[in-house]
Amino acid sequence: MNEIKQKISTNSRITYFKQKGDPYIFATGLGLVVSLAMVAFIFIIILTKGLGFFWPRNVHLFTLKSGNQLLGEIWDKDTRYQQLPDGKEIKIKELKLKIGNRDIYGLDFKWIDLPEISRDTQPPFATVIERMEYGNFYGFIRAVHLGEQVVDSSEEAIFHAARQAKKKSRELEAIIAQLEKAIHDLTEPLSVLDRQLSLLEISPDKDTPAGQKKLHQLRKQIDSLEMAISDEYSRLENELAQRYAEREGLYLVMETADGHTKNILLKDIVRFYQPNRMSRWQKAAHYAAKLWEFVSANPREANTEGGVFPAIFGTVLMVILMSIAVVPFGVMAAIYLHEYAPQGKIVRLIRLSVNNLAGVPSIVYGVFGLGFFIYMVGGSIDQLFFSNKLPEPTFGTGGILWASLTLALLTLPVVVVATEEGIMAVPRANKEGALALGATKWQMIRKIVIPNAMPGILTGLILAISRGAGEVAPLMITGVVKLAPSLPIDGTFPFLHLDRKFMHLGFHIYDVGFQSPNVEAAKPMVYMTALLLILIVVVLNVLAIYLRNRLRKKYKMGAF
Amino acid sequence: MEQIKTGQFIQEKALNNMSNETIVIETQNLNFYYGPENHALKNINIRIPEKKVTAFIGPSGCGKSTLLRCFNRMNDLIPGTYLTGKVLIEGEDIYRPNIRLEELRKKVGMVFQKSNPFPMSIWENVAFGPKVNGIANKNELDEIVEIALKKADLWREVKDRLHHSALDLSGGQQQRLCIARALANMPDIILMDEPASALDPISTGKIEETIEELKNDFTIVIVTHNMQQAARVSDYTAFMMMGELIEFGDTKTIFTNPREKLTEDYITGRFG
Repeated sequence: MNEIKQKISTNSRITYFKQKGDPYIFATGLGLVVSLAMVAFIFIIILTKGLGFFWPRNVHLFTLKSGNQLLGEIWDKDTRYQQLPDGKEIKIKELKLKIGNRDIYGLDFKWIDLPEISRDTQPPFATVIERMEYGNFYGFIRAVHLGEQVVDSSEEAIFHAARQAKKKSRELEAIIAQLEKAIHDLTEPLSVLDRQLSLLEISPDKDTPAGQKKLHQLRKQIDSLEMAISDEYSRLENELAQRYAEREGLYLVMETADGHTKNILLKDIVRFYQPNRMSRWQKAAHYAAKLWEFVSANPREANTEGGVFPAIFGTVLMVILMSIAVVPFGVMAAIYLHEYAPQGKIVRLIRLSVNNLAGVPSIVYGVFGLGFFIYMVGGSIDQLFFSNKLPEPTFGTGGILWASLTLALLTLPVVVVATEEGIMAVPRANKEGALALGATKWQMIRKIVIPNAMPGILTGLILAISRGAGEVAPLMITGVVKLAPSLPIDGTFPFLHLDRKFMHLGFHIYDVGFQSPNVEAAKPMVYMTALLLILIVVVLNVLAIYLRNRLRKKYKMGAF
Repeated sequence: MEQIKTGQFIQEKALNNMSNETIVIETQNLNFYYGPENHALKNINIRIPEKKVTAFIGPSGCGKSTLLRCFNRMNDLIPGTYLTGKVLIEGEDIYRPNIRLEELRKKVGMVFQKSNPFPMSIWENVAFGPKVNGIANKNELDEIVEIALKKADLWREVKDRLHHSALDLSGGQQQRLCIARALANMPDIILMDEPASALDPISTGKIEETIEELKNDFTIVIVTHNMQQAARVSDYTAFMMMGELIEFGDTKTIFTNPREKLTEDYITGRFG
């Protein structure tokens, strides 16, 4: 007895130090710091590399010692080591210049050694043109053609005229779009009839008297319709041709730094600006416009320019469809597992399997989605409902529905586990109370268990969104494409086209960063897209967390 | 063997006492097991009279709660339990196959030891029972809620905040809400499993007053740890120990002139 007392009271300093566990406390803190630092690091990289991209840089005109002139933006600086013939190594500083004009030079970028430069100026009227094709153009506007009128006096007047020309071109494009739509609307009934006719011509009953009669009727109908609209049609065609000609008359005469001239039609110009004489505010406005274009416009030039709107749309829609699919299934599975299934070895095995499903690599789900959803389910749907379109598949090929369902399958375990945890947290007293009032088990589940488990269900949804929004591998084989011709939702019936292929921000990053013909120029795009993807995941999560917290407050258990 | 004899003797004695009472709950040779190793109730024969308060007392683990929960088959929720013998409520064997548990539980309401209001409004809590039992008319429900809350002596306190969360009520109010919730089903019998054990003396007093008033309309079976409470509120008292019914009779006799030595020891505080 006394011995033990002695031992307990003579606790040495070192044992006390161990017991207090200072090194472990320090280690836990260090772990947190490391994780936070990594998150911060990623954000800083993405923000610095991505956000600066849209800020207009000044354009430099370099005169080299050889007499050549180069116009472009400085994108990078580097130091190169070169070995001289006598064995000495010298440092050479070099600049990475974006010279653009891909249609003339073939390359967007050029490295030049600093010692070769004899003069560096920033001419105020150096112009950057963002084009629909071939990337940026760097040069000087020498003349503006506005139909008959040619402006080539002072630099200021030329810039002003170019502005006007752009405005005029925009108006003209609107008129042309209107005309094209009018022609489309006019001929729409005719093309419907034509389609019917061609369907009838290949149908087996075309040789029967009834079929012949119908064919004849249809032909007559088409003829009379053609007659009726022909005047209007030719009038519209004429006007359109006139406008097309007008469009050809609106162009800028550009000159590059080394004396090439090139005419650029205004319809091919997205925007042009003269950064060297822009004020900070003008630059900020330009930045905002570019940022808006990024989130709201369609991509151009193999996705390396323009916006990512279809990808944002596709990502969000896919996540929503996935949530709609995964939550009911996950909740139902969890309720059955926890409330109805007789608890025993089999249920334990099922639970273990569900948990393990969460660890299956996502590409495996992709392959499963391709084999099961697309080939089996989609193929059968095509046979049953779209057999007239075969062999061209409708649902038997990748699409947003199959991609969403594949992701739903992928995130199902997460939802099941989280929901079960939520159900387990429902107080037994409440469940017994409901049963004691004469509620059936189903009534008890519907009125007590599900509402109380809602925070758990939403936790599952949050986890599913986080996992699903960032997944790319399974999408690549179930319906994501580099460039989707149309959005999955539009104004034509049935408005939500689940069979359509779609774009996705995660795949966009991969595509732009690693598959694009102009990786160097697209690098900032990758950072911006990554930033956007993270933002979308954060926004979706914050929404779900907000909802969960509101529910938690509602169902908080009263303190006794 | 001796125990069974005692049980029969108690039964006879109780019968003599209650010759002028209507019996609503009756058990016949009830044995209850929490699995094969755990024989929780041993050959219980008890007859509980109508519109009276019957208290079950006894030390912890004596089986009084288990017996109470046999009356509305709440023990069914615990896997691995089984029972032999019969439980008759209003003459019907409630353990016969094909009985509708919901009907039984509607008739035999229950108030738990720890108040368990649902995380809903006060109104929704009280209306829960009638709603799950098929009443959908809002006016009817309003009426039921008012009657139930009045009977549970809670109406005055909550009538202005019926649609506030029930979880904002105090502990005693929550327990009276649970009583009101049980009453809303218009049961014949109310089982109370230590309804005041988690409450302060003032709240306990209120609950006891409520019980006093309720016994005019309902048969009440109450499990309690508190012997003073049993003496105050009950008309009949059953003393249980180690899963056996030791003595059952009218409360006055049990507390003043118990027949069994064990009962006397327990009541006078020699153990328990």
